[in-house]
Amino acid sequence: MKEGKVSFEEIMEKLESIAQDLEKGDLSLEESIEKFEEGMKLSKECSKILENAEKKINILIENEDTIKEESFVSTEE
Amino acid sequence: MKIEAISVTDLNRYIKEKVADDEYLKHVFVKGEISNFKHHYTGHMYFTLKDENSLIKCIMFKSYTNNLNFIPKDGMKVMVLGTVSVFERDGVYQIYCQAMQEDGMGNLHTQYEKLKNKLEQEGLFDEKYKKKIPFMPEKIGVLTSKTGSVIRDIINVSTRRNPNVYLRLLPVPVQGEGAGEKIAKGIKLMNEKKLADVIIIARGGGSLEDLWPFNEEIVARAIFESEIPVISAVGHETDFTIADFVSDLRAPTPSAAAELAVPNIIDVEAKILNYKNKYKILLKRKVELMKLQYEKCINSKGFNKPVQIVQDNYIRLDNINKIMENKIKDKLNIKKNNALTLISKLDTLSPLKTLTRGFCITEKEGKIIKSIKQLEAGELVKIKFTDGEKQAKII
Repeated sequence: MKEGKVSFEEIMEKLESIAQDLEKGDLSLEESIEKFEEGMKLSKECSKILENAEKKINILIENEDTIKEESFVSTEE
Repeated sequence: MKIEAISVTDLNRYIKEKVADDEYLKHVFVKGEISNFKHHYTGHMYFTLKDENSLIKCIMFKSYTNNLNFIPKDGMKVMVLGTVSVFERDGVYQIYCQAMQEDGMGNLHTQYEKLKNKLEQEGLFDEKYKKKIPFMPEKIGVLTSKTGSVIRDIINVSTRRNPNVYLRLLPVPVQGEGAGEKIAKGIKLMNEKKLADVIIIARGGGSLEDLWPFNEEIVARAIFESEIPVISAVGHETDFTIADFVSDLRAPTPSAAAELAVPNIIDVEAKILNYKNKYKILLKRKVELMKLQYEKCINSKGFNKPVQIVQDNYIRLDNINKIMENKIKDKLNIKKNNALTLISKLDTLSPLKTLTRGFCITEKEGKIIKSIKQLEAGELVKIKFTDGEKQAKII
């Protein structure tokens, strides 16, 4: 997992906790609005991550201690 | 006719011949586990062959023991070729072995069980060590052979569920000598270089020998020590290798492993959308709730109390005014009535009225005379008539 970069899981968990906070309904109006905006921002981030993801099917080839990564096409069809 | 008892020797000889006649017992091929093995100084070997329920004595003469390609030991699983015969002196039947070899399969099973128990005691299979498979791993590491259907299945399933999946295949031998070491090295490499967020180790079905690398301790320890969660999919659904026990998640097939590792994008997007809608609804409900509370507050008695009080007082004031007015009116009326009655009484008693009826008022020195005794002859009086007055003298 990359450090620093918030993982997709963490965002999804945050989305879930925001939903629960709003559901409880004991937040002040300001807090609710704040949570709402945070939730919307985070959900956009999730969608962005999905859009930026790019298909890569690679094979790792070791020589000595370096690793080469090439696109992998499975031989037999 | 008296029955003639036979001697023990005769009996044993009889049994020996019976056994010797049996074709099957001439050449038996038996597998079992060696126990109380003794290699006699004469070079002969004495041992018993057993399984879970029973055992049989065996003997292997020196001439045959020379051909052995392994050193028999207690607990070893072996297969023996020999003849069953009775040793008359002791009345014991035993196998006279001519050949013996290790029971590969048998040994593997024992090794498997032994290693399984050992690792289990050490706690390598404990639930508490199982790491959670990330919901949305960015990079998926796959350790399997680069040829064959396994990697193809994994690729197909993954790309179907997430067209933008990032798979990293680290090819490893999945059977044969040295495969275990390579698999273990692969797992370590993935960890050192942080090449993946989840690792799938997979291979297709096969015999116990074929799957053997996944039963080796080196692989088990590599999986256990892996920081990256490991999904194992080794052999058929019914095969359970030690790797399956140690891995963080065991999948019945390679395709199932891909399904467990790669969430379906459509579901993920739907989930995100669901959260967005939920937030909108919940915020709307919150705003409405606050509005309700606001209105309730505005209309509440407490808030309106001062206004209410003022209004109440106005009302009381009006009432009081009305009451006062009525009271005054009443009093006035009473007074008026009194006055009227007095006036009318006055009127009726008024001397003027009596005058009009022909009476007159006699006054002497301004005082009304009511009795003749008040008058002396010659006194002057004034007589008032309704229409005026006259002077008069009393005579």
